[in-house]
Formats: sequence, C-alpha cells, structure tokens
Amino acid sequence: MTSIKRRTLLKGTVAAGIISSAGLLIPKQVLAKWPSSAFEAKDVETAITGVAGSSEMSDSTDIAIKAPDIAENGAVVPVSITSGMSDIESISIIAAKNGNPLAASFILGKGAEGFVSTRIKMGKTSDVVAVVKAGGKLYTAKKEVKVTIGGCGG
Amino acid sequence: MASIKLRAKLAGDTTTVKALVSHPMETGMRKDKKTGKVIPANFIQEVICEHNGNAVMTALWGAAVSKNPYLSFKFKGAKKGETVKLSWSDNNGKSDSADVKVS
Repeated sequence: MTSIKRRTLLKGTVAAGIISSAGLLIPKQVLAKWPSSAFEAKDVETAITGVAGSSEMSDSTDIAIKAPDIAENGAVVPVSITSGMSDIESISIIAAKNGNPLAASFILGKGAEGFVSTRIKMGKTSDVVAVVKAGGKLYTAKKEVKVTIGGCGG
Repeated sequence: MASIKLRAKLAGDTTTVKALVSHPMETGMRKDKKTGKVIPANFIQEVICEHNGNAVMTALWGAAVSKNPYLSFKFKGAKKGETVKLSWSDNNGKSDSADVKVS
C-alpha cells in the first residue's frame, strides 16, 4: 500500500465530506435515523456531538472496555463495552485516530442492559473511546489498542 | 437470503442476543489492487433488534465496523419461546431480517 496515494485519497474524501455536510446544514433535516454528520466527522468531538447531542463528558470508572492490548489485525478488533449505569440511552464506540472516528453507536431500548459487543476496524494504534449516554449526561472511558497492521486500507 | 445468524439465549432473566451478518462492509476508501479504482462504499448503517415488536436495541454503524459484522447485547424481559427479530439496512438501501425464538 502506498501511503501517498492514501493521503490524497483521504484529502478527497475530506473535501467531499465538507460539501455534503454543508448541504445537510442548510435545510435543517428532520433528525435522520442515521446521523451522517457524526459518522463523516473527522474529529472525535464533532463525532460525539453528532451522535449524542453534546461533547461535554465526564470520565467514568463504571465503563469497562474489553479490547485487546495489541491487535495484530486492525481490520478486526473485538470491542465490548460494559457499564452498570442505569437509564443508559446509548453506547458509542470511537476509534480516536480513524479517519472517521465514530465506529458505531448503539441505542438501547427498554430492558436493554449496559452491554454491547462488536468488532471494529482500526487504521492505527489509538485509543478506543466509549461514550455512554445515561440520564441525559455523557460519560466516557478509553483504552489504548496497539495495531500492528492497519485495517482501513487495502 | 440468509445473511444473518442469530441467537437469543435466556439465562436467569437476561437474554443475550448474538448476531453475525455476512456483509462486505466496504468503507469506500479502499482501492481495487488490479484496476486502481475505488471500491464504492457498501456498509450496514442501521441494525434494529426487536422483541415482541419493541425495539430493544438500535445500532447505528459506520464503515469502521468490521467485515461480516458481529454484534452482541443483552436485555431483560423476554421469556423462552418468544421471538427476537433482527433487521439491517445498508447505505445502498439493501436490507434483510431474521428472527429466532429465545432459548
């Protein structure tokens, strides 16, 4: 994989992202189910604001992230988030240094427990950030995952 | 189309749902090595899991979820024999669903 090509490719998508998000802002859309602004965001803060409505978070010890310390293959990084908080509305998983940091957001309905597990792609070594929305507030925790082979290129 | 493997298992009063979907989850940033063309994005955006018609979990996914995605979560309030339904839809408008009885 040539990293130069990849950079230009990324730049192209950044530009496209700005254009499309500008288009979204003008006619204030009815909150679409899938928040494209959050998933297309390039930085963690915008991503969190887009998916959770705010980026004001407090660190919590009541969020456990289960992920490998070293992921040999960045294309498949198993991540589990567990939290014992009550009234959890959503759990979001963010790979801080991915081109688009937001990987997934789980909206929990009635009866759902504070647990989600999935597998994500990570471009390089970075923190996996969990953002839990409970009782209208945001709580966060993070864990570093070292990636030996990136999972976002080909 | 059977793109979903779905399990729902009751232990105590908590049901653990596990799902495996076969889907390429293309980010739209990868290039085809032979042609040099960008492979268009093709990834699941939304997964909805229902129990008795109530959405117990809605997952919003970006392209950073791995190929052939795996998903697991837990919820309370289901009984054995009740139905759990999971459906997904991707950015190209394709969708699929599956249901399973709680065991």
